[in-house]
Amino acid sequence: MSSMKENLSIVELQNKCIDLKKNAISMIYKAQSGHPGGSLSVAEFVTACYWHAMDVDPQNPRWADRDRFVLSKGHVCPAQYAALAMKGYFPMEVLDTLRKEGSPLQGHPSMTKCPGIDISTGSLGQGLACAAGMALAAKLDNKSYNVFCAVGDGECNEGEIWEACGTAYKYKLDNLVVFVDWNNLQLDGTCEEIMPPISLAKKFEAFGFEVYEINGNDMAEVVDALDKALASKNGLPKCIVGKTVKGKGVSFMENQCGWHGVAPNDEQYRQAMEELDAQYVK
Amino acid sequence: MSLGKKIPTRDGFGDEIVALGKENKNILVVDADIGKSCKTGAFRKELPEQYLNVGIAEQNCAGVAAGLATCGKIPFVVTYAAFGSMRMCEMIRQEIAYPHLNVKIACSHGGVTPANDGASHQAIEDMGILRTIPNMTVIMPADYWSARKLVRAAAEYDGPVYLRFTRDAIPEIYGEDVEFEIGKAYQLRDGKDVAIVANGDTVRLAIEAAETLAAQGIEARVLDMHTVKPIDTDAVVAAVQDCQQIITVEDHNIINGLGSAVACVAAEMGKGRVWRLGIQDQFGQSAPYERLLEVNGVTVGNIVDVAHKLTKK
Repeated sequence: MSSMKENLSIVELQNKCIDLKKNAISMIYKAQSGHPGGSLSVAEFVTACYWHAMDVDPQNPRWADRDRFVLSKGHVCPAQYAALAMKGYFPMEVLDTLRKEGSPLQGHPSMTKCPGIDISTGSLGQGLACAAGMALAAKLDNKSYNVFCAVGDGECNEGEIWEACGTAYKYKLDNLVVFVDWNNLQLDGTCEEIMPPISLAKKFEAFGFEVYEINGNDMAEVVDALDKALASKNGLPKCIVGKTVKGKGVSFMENQCGWHGVAPNDEQYRQAMEELDAQYVK
Repeated sequence: MSLGKKIPTRDGFGDEIVALGKENKNILVVDADIGKSCKTGAFRKELPEQYLNVGIAEQNCAGVAAGLATCGKIPFVVTYAAFGSMRMCEMIRQEIAYPHLNVKIACSHGGVTPANDGASHQAIEDMGILRTIPNMTVIMPADYWSARKLVRAAAEYDGPVYLRFTRDAIPEIYGEDVEFEIGKAYQLRDGKDVAIVANGDTVRLAIEAAETLAAQGIEARVLDMHTVKPIDTDAVVAAVQDCQQIITVEDHNIINGLGSAVACVAAEMGKGRVWRLGIQDQFGQSAPYERLLEVNGVTVGNIVDVAHKLTKK
């Protein structure tokens, strides 16, 4: 099967990302439940993966040679659900069923319920090990697919993240790209308050990763880092530490711990849509 | 029937996994640095391309296996029962059982069989823990040969399976030609006075007890309930209907293991009586294996005594 990759300009990707953010916030608003802050901070990475870096076929979600996406910070699934619907994995109307009984769009991603989800996540710290397993399978089978994994900064409190790094280094998983969504806010407070991260970039480097430190909400920087990571076939796993803003794009949600897991009301939703609409690049 | 030479069931796993790996290159061993002790040495030597070792990192081990399984691999995660059931527990639940992935958790050192190692290594809670996780199948073979057959059956089944083996040597019960089906109890002896339902390393005790009882005029049915989940409901129902009195024997806490599974079936029938023999909800210690069973009342003599008590007219 030939490549299904899309070739969008940075401006087109930026606008796609605004669509994605609006869909994510709309889902959470309609469900009156979900996690807007992290969905917005990781949105540029999700957009750049699905519309730039990843080779996937929405008509054939289980295509054996596809690139994989693991949302280790599973609670921000509205961002991934929006991407999947926009790519055509399922109809856009399905987004309105988020967190409703019988919906494929569970509160945290389920691979058996939702097409396009490569592994079920939700319990923090576990996705990177699964992503490493997928990347390892590619190596064992001499396949060329890549695995992209989004982890949260808070999630790096979990020991299993660092166990997985060991596997990624040992088995030379240069087909694994980890994105750390460093928005500096956890559920209970800032990263420094809850568990000082010291330096996530230095930690991943010490664990044998090739590390790229970027502004994770700058589409051009995200695309550039992904391109470099995919081009570097030196046996080292890749880590993009993206400095991001939790709630990025909606002024009253930005850098607010309180918007971790709360849905907007009518007035807040209207304002969020207005603000995001104003950000389209002409 | 006579019991054969003593050999740990972990050896049955170690031998069968090599045969399976040679037949199917998608079968992998994922070790967590106790492979030698769990008998994956031959696999590692003969099938290095299918052998992985992720270090002393059990949580990651389960997650890596899940990722491999999503790509068509059939990973056997290999560790001790205490760690496979408890250190890996949530990863098994979230990443293996919930998505119903084709991962096998193959654990040596089940029950009190790592006797000298003490309580930290003795797994008396594991099958109960795994049994409560949806989508899981839980198996403990009774000897070397049934271990080989059930490892093969687990490999052929598409879904998550927890397999539990003994560290210490236990006698052969079956021959090479006996067949086993997941979820189907193996009846070793028929009888109508009392049914002794055992699994793993206690099946040998049930057989000996039944022979003693027969000499005393009590005919015991003996069931090897190798699959704790799904429990063979038909076999339990038949045992209750035919014998009324049931004794369960297990190298596991009497809470939530084989005895509990059997008792639930009987309770819903509203018939019969179930007497559970097993580890008496207490931690073990470093001691000889047979002694650890003895202090918990898991002996031929105690099975015989209980059978007399239950069948007394």
